Amino acid sequence: MQELINRAKELLADGTVARVLGWREGDMSYNPEVAYFNSAEELDKFVYNGFCAANLSKYMIEASKLEGKTLVFLKPCDTYSFNQLLKEHRVDREKAYIIGVGCCGKLNVEAIKAMGIKGIQSIEIDDACETLTVKTIYGDKTVAYKDAMLERCHVCKGKEHMVYDELMGESRDTVDAERFAEVERIEAMSPAEKFAFFQAELSKCIRCNACRNVCPACSCRKCVFDSNKFDSAQKANVDSFEEKMFHIIRAFHVAGRCTDCGECSRVCPQGIPLHLFNRKFIKDINKFYGEFKAGEDAETKGPLTNFTFDDVEPCDAVERG
Amino acid sequence: MPMNEEFKPKIVAFCCNWCSYAGADLAGSSRLAYPADVKIIRVPCSCRVNPMFILRAFEKGADGVIICGCHPGDCHYSTGHYYARRRMAMLFSMLEYIGIENGRTRVEWVSAAEGVKFSTTMNEFVSKIQSLGKNVRLGDIRCKN
Amino acid sequence: MQRIGVFVCHCGSNIAATVDVKKVVEIVRNEPGVVHAEDYQYMCSEAGQALIAKAIAEKNLSGIVVCSCSPRMHEATFRKAAERAGLNPYMVEIANIREHCSWIHKNVEEATEKAVILARAAIAKVNLNAPLKAGESRVTKRALVIGGGIAGIQTALDIADAGYEVDIVEKTPSIGGRMSQLDKTFPTLDCSACILTPKMVEAAAHEKITIYTYSEVEKVSGFVGDFTVDIRKKARSVDMDKCTGCGVCQEKCPSKKTPSEFNRGLGNRSAIYTPFAQAIPNVPVIDREACIKFKTGKCGICSKVCQAGAIDYEQKDEIVTEKYGAIVVATGFDTIKLDKYDEYAYNQSKDVITSLELERVMNAAGPTKGHLERLSDGKHPKNIVFIQCVGSRCSDDRGKPYCSKICCMYTAKHAMLIRDKYPDVNVTVFYIDVRTPGKNFDEFYRRAVEDYGVNYIKGQVGKVAPQPDGSLLVQGVDLLDNKQILMEADMVVLATAIEPDPSVRKIATMLTASIDTNNFLTESHAKLRPVESPTAGVFLSGVCQGPKDIPETVAQAGAAAVKAIGLLAKDKLLTNPCTAKPDELLCNGCSACANVCPYGAITYETKLINDHGIREERRVAQVNNALCQGCGACTVTCPSGAMDLQGFSNRQIIAEVDAICR
Repeated sequence: MQELINRAKELLADGTVARVLGWREGDMSYNPEVAYFNSAEELDKFVYNGFCAANLSKYMIEASKLEGKTLVFLKPCDTYSFNQLLKEHRVDREKAYIIGVGCCGKLNVEAIKAMGIKGIQSIEIDDACETLTVKTIYGDKTVAYKDAMLERCHVCKGKEHMVYDELMGESRDTVDAERFAEVERIEAMSPAEKFAFFQAELSKCIRCNACRNVCPACSCRKCVFDSNKFDSAQKANVDSFEEKMFHIIRAFHVAGRCTDCGECSRVCPQGIPLHLFNRKFIKDINKFYGEFKAGEDAETKGPLTNFTFDDVEPCDAVERG
Repeated sequence: MPMNEEFKPKIVAFCCNWCSYAGADLAGSSRLAYPADVKIIRVPCSCRVNPMFILRAFEKGADGVIICGCHPGDCHYSTGHYYARRRMAMLFSMLEYIGIENGRTRVEWVSAAEGVKFSTTMNEFVSKIQSLGKNVRLGDIRCKN
Repeated sequence: MQRIGVFVCHCGSNIAATVDVKKVVEIVRNEPGVVHAEDYQYMCSEAGQALIAKAIAEKNLSGIVVCSCSPRMHEATFRKAAERAGLNPYMVEIANIREHCSWIHKNVEEATEKAVILARAAIAKVNLNAPLKAGESRVTKRALVIGGGIAGIQTALDIADAGYEVDIVEKTPSIGGRMSQLDKTFPTLDCSACILTPKMVEAAAHEKITIYTYSEVEKVSGFVGDFTVDIRKKARSVDMDKCTGCGVCQEKCPSKKTPSEFNRGLGNRSAIYTPFAQAIPNVPVIDREACIKFKTGKCGICSKVCQAGAIDYEQKDEIVTEKYGAIVVATGFDTIKLDKYDEYAYNQSKDVITSLELERVMNAAGPTKGHLERLSDGKHPKNIVFIQCVGSRCSDDRGKPYCSKICCMYTAKHAMLIRDKYPDVNVTVFYIDVRTPGKNFDEFYRRAVEDYGVNYIKGQVGKVAPQPDGSLLVQGVDLLDNKQILMEADMVVLATAIEPDPSVRKIATMLTASIDTNNFLTESHAKLRPVESPTAGVFLSGVCQGPKDIPETVAQAGAAAVKAIGLLAKDKLLTNPCTAKPDELLCNGCSACANVCPYGAITYETKLINDHGIREERRVAQVNNALCQGCGACTVTCPSGAMDLQGFSNRQIIAEVDAICR
């Protein structure tokens, strides 16, 4: 972590960058915040640890409008999102100085709470990223790092950075689950079970829009659900259209663009596994139109703005999907 | 309402102006009947059909939505239906995934010359929807339990 | 809020018999925005249009809904009527209560209810309509004619005579088409070549006409008034400029075993060949598959004997790219394959031939030099049987469901010519019906029967059995006498069904012109726009649209030419105003829309945007209205809804959905 701070100070000092986009200590040890650092002094608050899960690529949309370059720290999976935004002309490569940081999997405090651990005061991570010491009002508990990881890290896309100016730190292979296993489990259900599952999950939604706000693909200047373009604006509760269809449409809008960064599920205060929508689309795209990784590069045409003459027919897609 | 009134489904058919709408016209001028439950909305091309229109229809009480366009290779705009095909494949697969009965949505390619196919397709689709019954789930995906 | 007038048409009894129009009027009167509603017998009539104009003026209407027949029928009529009355023509919406309602439903209550719903949807839409103004696009004053038969030649001549440049693209080495293969033509019995070749020469000599033979259309892009077409000029292996057409190469060519396409395989041709003596251009091509030089590398005799040095073995295909304002399709026909008609022994006996083959047999330049003889043994036939409707009017998948239209007349012609030249030959015709509408046609047929003693039998032939002695046993039925017939024949001639030339499918796809289930090109309106394809700027000439004889083909060729001339005579075209329109405040500049646009109509501009006080440089989409054709692909790709389609906006379609589902 200190190396990252030192390098950031250097780049600020020699004028390469005008500011630094990273993470700083939060009110609890397990919730660092995304922050801009404009000076060497501010950088003393910089942190980078297992809880720095936030994908900073979306912040580069606004940072691209600022004077001078912004130093941004991107984990391997974040670079897919950055590339996708680059493809969509939402970020300016010239305005970004990317340090690709190593990642040994990011942690999910909800996973720790789910183990029945209550009254958490702070969490310490050992240097090898093997064990967490959870300090609670009932005493210290020990948790294996792996068991507290975010879902997305168990099915990590890879340790390679797709775009960067320089690399710092090592990454660790964290994959220990099948990426599409959960999607397949749902696909195997009866229609009634599927419906019950999604109805139960979606009924928890409080429309806080956290998923939309954090999603790097959901980066419209103005969301269609906030405009009157489809008679779908949800200012007052006069029309339930949005309530019911929001998540399906959101998933459709990011289909072929979603990098499966998993931020939606991470930030959902209700714990809705929103990534299951996106991952279903990714699975279908791979199956019907060939393997596609959004954000692998900034050039390839996305699967929904492309076609072949003998694509699967929609009715067959349902049978085979 | 009489006790045993038969279920009258609400069905929205999006038809592209150049092929399928003309096919529906031909079905009409050939007097090829299909149930009055089908109401056609004219769009320039099947690629004009936004998944939001389909979900909106279901949310407003439609029991089935069918999209008709030119046969692959015959699109008036040369490529429109190819995009529609991908979009609808994705959408339909998603609807199936969340437990919506397979069959409430359909895509059919109907040319301007296929009045018979238009009529047959609509007859089939209506009986499919009749067998599925009223659409409850799509109107109710996010209802509070 | 709009002030909407609703006009419900009875269409005589077409609508009024099944839809209670009065009830529709009463119900829609209460719809939001509606300030006027009335019904009338024929809305499209002058009196009907006057009612609309009157209501627009008196009630100060801002939009109208006409509940009538399909918008494909009269949308343009009512838009013009509205425009004359001072309303923007795009403030008109049609509720199709005829084709989509009264004609397909029998129950009045049901049909009326549906008509009300369709009217509501149109009213909901028109509530959100905005006046639109058509843009303009330029017209390239040059026409392309695909196909160099009589249809293509006539169309090209007519367009060229009006003063416009025309290019003819013909896939074979010569123009002339099927007509050049015919011997005589009905009902006047002129020699086909005598009336066709002068036209071929005229086309070749015309300063406004460029002929690309041995060439095919490879790619078409653009739209009415501004098509861009790639033409592949296949390698002829002969230099068109140097060749003098002396014909020595064909004489000396040692490879002479290739069946002649022109003679329908009844004779052979050399590897270097012109299809026929009067070919235009009179420049041979080398059939590279038959040529010994191309197959083995040895030979080169044609090159040695050519005084002009025109032979060029290295010649390559060439792509010519040209711009056109109008395209006329004149791809013609071929006869169907007879593999599914084993009962007529076409593949077993050389003496069973198609009518088109008989044309070559009868022709002085044909394989028998015009002598009527059996192709198996060269003997003079005594009995000839003609079988009608082979593959035409067929209810199973062996043939075609339609009438090929020309067979009855050419069979009468063949029968008459044979009886005239060889009075000793007995001619029998088996027919289902004899169809001879047309000027002097029935008289012609009756002459065959009455003056020339042709034996017409109403009935079908079940089997043609080749006998060991070489004769053919014809088993048929005489329906009028209700008896079986067994007849010996020396020759059997099959009136084989015609079908559109197979090349038309590919061409239709390139032009995005629709074709019907029989591969005939579809006309824009069966009665009122018979020579126009539904694809703007594409016109139809000859049999590619449906079976026709020569006089009809020439007439239609002229009609197609007039339509093309009418287009080329315009300096500007009004473009469809229902084009895509971006909302710059909502645009992300993500390029998704440009990625799916088939016309390259979307570009991006970085400009200063004032978004509710936030002023910043943004990359935003721009639509070129002259290029946009209004498909709407971009609108669905756009996640923020920034891109919308005028005339079919998101809100308009959602309003229709809501009206239908409420």
